[in-house]
Amino acid sequence: MLQKVNKMLLMVIGAIVLYVLLKIMITIGVINPYWQRVLFYSLIVIVGALGLGIIYGFTGQFSLGHAAFVGLGAYSAGYFSKTFGQYGVLSFIGALLVGMVFAGLMGFLIGVPVLRLKSDYLGIATLGFGFIVKVALDNADKLIPDLGGARGMMGTPQLASLEWLFFIALIVIILTRNFIFSTYGRACTSVREDETAADMVGVNTFKTKLMAFIFGCTLAGLGGGLYAHTYPYICPGDFYFLQSFDYLIVVVLGGLGSMTGTVVTAIGWAFLLEGLRFVLGPQFVDFRGVIYALILIITILVRRQGIFGGKEFGFLVPQVRRGKPDVALRG
Amino acid sequence: MSLLEVKGLGINFGGLRAVNRFDLTIEPGEIVGLIGPNGAGKTTVFNMISGYFPPTDGTIIFKGRSIVGLKPYQVARLGIARTFQNIRLFRDNSVLDNVRVAFHPRAGYGLIDAFLRTPRFRAREAEINERAFELLETLNIADKANTAVKNLPYGDQRRVEIARALAVGPELLLLDEPAAGMNPAEVQQLVELIRFIKQKFNLTVLLIEHQMGLVMNICERLVVMDFGEIIARGLPHEVRQNPKVLEAYLGKGAVA
Repeated sequence: MLQKVNKMLLMVIGAIVLYVLLKIMITIGVINPYWQRVLFYSLIVIVGALGLGIIYGFTGQFSLGHAAFVGLGAYSAGYFSKTFGQYGVLSFIGALLVGMVFAGLMGFLIGVPVLRLKSDYLGIATLGFGFIVKVALDNADKLIPDLGGARGMMGTPQLASLEWLFFIALIVIILTRNFIFSTYGRACTSVREDETAADMVGVNTFKTKLMAFIFGCTLAGLGGGLYAHTYPYICPGDFYFLQSFDYLIVVVLGGLGSMTGTVVTAIGWAFLLEGLRFVLGPQFVDFRGVIYALILIITILVRRQGIFGGKEFGFLVPQVRRGKPDVALRG
Repeated sequence: MSLLEVKGLGINFGGLRAVNRFDLTIEPGEIVGLIGPNGAGKTTVFNMISGYFPPTDGTIIFKGRSIVGLKPYQVARLGIARTFQNIRLFRDNSVLDNVRVAFHPRAGYGLIDAFLRTPRFRAREAEINERAFELLETLNIADKANTAVKNLPYGDQRRVEIARALAVGPELLLLDEPAAGMNPAEVQQLVELIRFIKQKFNLTVLLIEHQMGLVMNICERLVVMDFGEIIARGLPHEVRQNPKVLEAYLGKGAVA
C-alpha cells in the first residue's frame, strides 16, 4: 500500500518538476518561441495519439481516419470559441468539451456501422470517412461561412498555454492508464487478441470495440480542440489522411499496446520532424518524408513490436492487490 | 430439472448437413463424453451450444430457458463456459489478465469508477484479483501470473484455458479435447484435475475427447457421433462393445 502511494506521488511530483523546468527554460529563453511551438505540438500529438493507441494499440481496431476526428474536434471547438470567446477561460473549457463531445458523437455514429468490419476492411472504411470529413470541411463555408471552407479558419482565440497543454496531457495520460488497467482495458486487449474467445468468456465484443472507439475519438477531439487554440490558422488540409498516418506511425513505432511508447514517440516524433528541418536545410526539407518512412520500415523489419513492445514504464503500472473475496463474484 | 436439454439440433453449412437430429439431456453433476471420429460434428455441437453458430433447427434449453439465438457472451453469462480444441488464449496478455477478463461481466463497477479509481473500483478489483489468484493456485500456475501466455509451455496453456473457463463462473463446462497432445502421464493428471474442479466448483461437464483412456476413465455416460448423427449412447463399457461404434472408428469388417 505504501509503495502504491509512493508510485502515484512520484509520478505527480515528477510531472510538476518537469513542468517547472520547462516553464523556467521558456522564461529565460533556453527554449525559444520556435521550439516552444514544437513542444506544444508534441503535447497535442500525445493526446490525439493516445486516442489512437486505445483504438488500435489496445483494442486492435485498425483506424485510418484518426486525423478526421482531430479535425472535427478542432473545427467544432474553434467555432465555439470564436462565437463565445468573450468569456475567456470558461469558453475555452466549453470549447474543449464541445470538441470532445462532437468527435465522440461522430465516433459513435461511424463506429456502429463500421466496427462490425475486421482489420483491413475497417481501415478502408475509416479512410473513406477521412475523405468525407475533408470534403465536408472544404465546403463547410457554404453552410456556415465562419468555418472558412478550403480557405481555412482564423480568429480562434489563442488560449492554449503551456499550463493548459501540459496538464491536460498529464490528465489524459492518467485517465488512459486508469482505463487500460481496469476491467474495461482487459476487455479491450482480449478483443484485440482473440475476438471469438473474448466473446465466449462473456465480453460483449461489439460494445467493447465501440466504447474504445468513442473514447479514442473523444481524445482526438480534445487534441483537435487544443490544436485550434494553439494555431491561429487551421485548414482542412491539417486533418487529412496523411495526418492520420502520422498518428498511426507514432502508435506503431512506440509499440502497439504501450502507452509509454505512444507518449515517448509522440514527443520524439514532433521534435524529429522539426529537428530534421535544420539538419537537412531548406533545400532538402522535403526529404524528411523519406527519412521518417525509412525509420518506420526499419522498425518494422528489425523490431516489429515497436520501440517499447507493449511494455510500460513501471510507475504507470498499478500494483495488483488482493482482497477478501465476496460471494458476488461466484456463480 | 435437467441442466441442459438439446432436442432435434441440426445445422446446414451451405448444402452440407453438418449435424442432424442431435438430442442430448444432461443432469446437474454429470460428466458426459461426446466422442466420434474426426469430422463427426462434435465441435459443431459445442459451437451451437455456446452460441457461436446459430442452429438451423432444434432447441437448446439451459436451466429451463431457451438459449437458441443468444450471442456467445450472453450464453457465457448464463453459465456455460468452454475451452477450445486448438487453445485460444489472449496470447500477448499475462496469465493473470487472461483469467481476470472473464470476470468482466461481473466486475461490479462502471467506467467512472475506473477512470477515477474510486473506493468501489479498488474493492472490486481486489476481489477480482483474489478470485483470479485462487483459480491460478487451484491449477498450479499462480507463480506464472505475470508471464505472457504465449511464453508458456503447452500444458500450462491448457491450464490457463481451464482457469479462464472457470472464471466465467459456469455451471456447465464444455471441454473440447482437453487431452489433445498430452502423454499418458499428463492425461492421468488431467483426469484428476477434471474430477477435482468438478467437485470444487460444483460443475457439470460435457467433454469431447479422442483419448479413450480419459473417456473411459472419467465419463459416466457417452454419446457417440458419426457423420453428424448420434450412432450410440450409453455407459462407457456398453458403448465400447457397440458394433456401430467399432465400425465408425475402425471401418467395416473390423467387427468380426
